[in-house]
Amino acid sequence: MSWLLRPLAEQAAALRTGQVTSTALVEEALGRIAQLDGALGAFLRVTVDLARRQAAEADRRLAVEGEGAPDLCGIPVAIKDVLCTEGVETTAASRILAGFVPPYTATAVRRLAEAGAVSLGKCNCDEFAMGSSTENSAYQLTRNPHAPDRVPGGSSGGSAAAVAAGLAPAALGTDTGGSIRQPAALCGVVGFKPTYGRVSRYGLIAFASSLDQVGPFTRTGGDAARIYRTIAGPDPRDATCSPRPVEDPMPTLELGLEGLRLGVPAEYVASGLEPGVQRVFEAACQRLVAAGAQLEPVSLPSTRYALAAYYVIAPAEASSNLARMDGLRFGPGRPGAVTLREQLEGARHLGFGPEVRRRIMLGTYALSRGYYDAYYRRAQQVRTLVAQDFHRAFAGVDAIIAPTSPTVAFRLGERLSDPLAMYQSDVLTVPFSLAGVPAASVPAGLADGLPVGLQVAAPAFADAHCLRVARGVERALGVAEPPDLARRAAP
Amino acid sequence: MSPNPATIDLARAVERWEPVIGLEVHAQCTTRSKMFCGCRADYAGLAPNTNTCPTCLGLPGALPVANGEAIRMTVLTGLALQSQIPPRSKFDRKNYFYPDLPKGYQISQFDLPLCVGGWLEFEVAGVERAVRITRVHLEEDAGKLVHPAELHRADFSLVDLNRAGVPLMEIVGEPDLRSPQEARAYLVALRQLLLYLGVCDGNMEEGSLRCDANISLRPRGTEALGARTEVKNLNSFRILQRALEQEVLRQAARLEAGETLHPETRGWSEAEATTVAQRSKEEADDYRYFPDPDLPPIVLEPAFVDALRGELPELPRARALRLRQTHGLSAEEARQLTQLPGEADYFERTVSAGAPATLAANWQVNELAGLCQRAHRTVESSGLPPERLAALLHLVDSRAVSAPTAKELLAEAIASGADPADLVEVRGLRQVSDEGALAEAVDRSIAAQPKAARDYQAGNDRALGALVGQVMAATRGRADARIVTRLLQARLPRDPGP
Ligand SMILES: [Zn+2]
Repeated sequence: MSWLLRPLAEQAAALRTGQVTSTALVEEALGRIAQLDGALGAFLRVTVDLARRQAAEADRRLAVEGEGAPDLCGIPVAIKDVLCTEGVETTAASRILAGFVPPYTATAVRRLAEAGAVSLGKCNCDEFAMGSSTENSAYQLTRNPHAPDRVPGGSSGGSAAAVAAGLAPAALGTDTGGSIRQPAALCGVVGFKPTYGRVSRYGLIAFASSLDQVGPFTRTGGDAARIYRTIAGPDPRDATCSPRPVEDPMPTLELGLEGLRLGVPAEYVASGLEPGVQRVFEAACQRLVAAGAQLEPVSLPSTRYALAAYYVIAPAEASSNLARMDGLRFGPGRPGAVTLREQLEGARHLGFGPEVRRRIMLGTYALSRGYYDAYYRRAQQVRTLVAQDFHRAFAGVDAIIAPTSPTVAFRLGERLSDPLAMYQSDVLTVPFSLAGVPAASVPAGLADGLPVGLQVAAPAFADAHCLRVARGVERALGVAEPPDLARRAAP
Repeated sequence: MSPNPATIDLARAVERWEPVIGLEVHAQCTTRSKMFCGCRADYAGLAPNTNTCPTCLGLPGALPVANGEAIRMTVLTGLALQSQIPPRSKFDRKNYFYPDLPKGYQISQFDLPLCVGGWLEFEVAGVERAVRITRVHLEEDAGKLVHPAELHRADFSLVDLNRAGVPLMEIVGEPDLRSPQEARAYLVALRQLLLYLGVCDGNMEEGSLRCDANISLRPRGTEALGARTEVKNLNSFRILQRALEQEVLRQAARLEAGETLHPETRGWSEAEATTVAQRSKEEADDYRYFPDPDLPPIVLEPAFVDALRGELPELPRARALRLRQTHGLSAEEARQLTQLPGEADYFERTVSAGAPATLAANWQVNELAGLCQRAHRTVESSGLPPERLAALLHLVDSRAVSAPTAKELLAEAIASGADPADLVEVRGLRQVSDEGALAEAVDRSIAAQPKAARDYQAGNDRALGALVGQVMAATRGRADARIVTRLLQARLPRDPGP
């Protein structure tokens, strides 16, 4: 089996015993990308030279530091294109940022690099992380590795597909209303959205600042924990990043589910799940009980308003965050514009895709004088209620579990002309985002051959606990073997 | 046709119409770094766009982190203005597009400013006045659009973002001012306060202190407010007063012509020496304010605010009062010595170095201030330590040096940095007070000007001046004029009156 498909701990051990080198891992990843990504479309940019340089450096470091090297030293990773990398074009999958080469690196990416991880390149996503299928990318489609006619989910679809297809053992994504968890579920990998404020947002091209959070895609819960503990922690460059020290998830990771009370929100299982998703979730619940967990119904009554509130708050913040995209300092701008108005309107009209424009208009409207109280203020009040729901629920249970997505991966193009149907993809992930709590998606099984994810959430800043439960769920359910596309492609 | 405003006399206009004026003052904080990044707040002399970073350039992904020093300075200003300091404050985004605003929004404060309410007391022509303060809040400055002369005909503008993100306090006053002169006096007093607090350099020419005014007229004796004009960018005391005067004339003329005034925005035109309408906006601005999600709310602990209260320096009015009470200065002297924060310090150091208070005040206000102003320096940067001034004044007081000599030495000290008391010794400039030594010069003066001597004896006091003058010239100014006068009077006795 390819090294890239094995858990990070095994790769790390092999790197230290000399069974494999970082250069070999990276060359294998680059080979798989060359072989498979033309059809898959997970990467917008593969930074071959940078990856080889970093791999050579990691090999030197492993030789010198040996066991003392960070556990990610030499491990290849992929980065969602909303995270800035110094010297590497970063576009957020938008035309308006074509050619933008940031002079600085996002804190999460920098921490991976400092730990010796090797960056393979930038992954496709929905433009400015707005979407649930990665179809809103201005550049290319990304296909679901399990079914090439289906979406990988979104917005971090490229990162999810890259990990699912074994092009990289881990990837960074970002999650605003489900953009890590939903594609993880649809691609059959692990995705983890840490507590809001746990990972610095510095260098993350903002969609909705009060919700955006950086997190990992991996093949196992243990791998997610390793990436998480490397990227989390206080950052003086992000005022919303918590100064609390990070609790290392590794010591408690394998404690299992025995005796844990897991809450199942009544509102989630009652409404709108595809029968296949419902079946997989119910079967998973039985196995969690068999593994020693105690399932208890919990109530999150404000959940039914969460999606509406989210689609006011997130576009409102986005409308302001994207105002800097004026074509004056970066991006192609509007060649030939004579007046300032032509320049601004031209750059933004040419530069933004339809979904981004839709959300800017929604958000601008929600913040307008006369509407602010009815929309933005109201939505913030709902957000408070949602957070209170979770606070109450967590008083009685150790974690909450729920399906991640109401459906399996849908077909490419299926929801593109129906934004409201697309927005429904986030209905089960958004409440956790509004509450700011950590939440993971773990593969729970297949429905009609397509992956179904199970969401695990814990109280704010109990990220280590959340990862422990996710790992416990993963062990109880048995890790679904992701498809090895290389094997499939080469008979 | 409305009458030309110039034909209406200001005095007549304000007899009938009462101006109602409020000022909005923007003051750049004297912090080391910008409001939300580590770039320098002092961008003077730097090449365009070199004092920038990803945050103040508004690059995607860069984040703001609030400058605690700017918050401290704003709260200090609020405390000096007797404002309430609410325990919770926050930053909001004010959204609008302009090329000098790199993020497409300005981080400002909307409904929870750092400082609420308060007042500022000041004096206009000897009358005590006070203006209520609405609020003081903190925001970031924008960049600058540059139109160099050689690009005058160019079809583009240049953007310099060196200033973008510099901390800016906005001090909003209630419309409590009733004349252009009062408005000017208020701004003078506010600038003086900011200088005392050390939170702003007060430089209006370079824009670190900027002023907008709103003004309306109402018939005297009525309460309802008229339609107000906002006059932007009044960037000197002179322009503030002149622009408001022009605005009183303009509005009075319109009102007297029976017109109804509408709210509008105007700016000062130096070329036309009046205010001119600025492009009117078709609809009211909607800045879509909302709390900045990148910046957590500001929590001001009572202990922090109390500690800041303890850091408040003695403010100008309190200081002036104390100078009068402690040192017996006149109100005018005290006022003059408290215009700039360093001046009263300098005065008190001169006094504690042994100079008599009235002499020190007199010399600082009447001699030193002028010399420093001509040299573009302050008393503190004059190069003359107060101890040296005290030594010189001691020589003056003890008549060891004449006043004219002392004045010359003072000028030289400012020009060269020399110690004036040293110069007295080195150059042998000690005043000649020895009557024996002066007697000969007095006799020669009488002999040389017999007519003046006779005129004096005949009762013409002014004739004595010529005689004294000759003695002073003969001694190169070193003679003690008082002794010379006494000697002359003794030599030229007058007939006792009837
Ligand atoms: Zn900066």
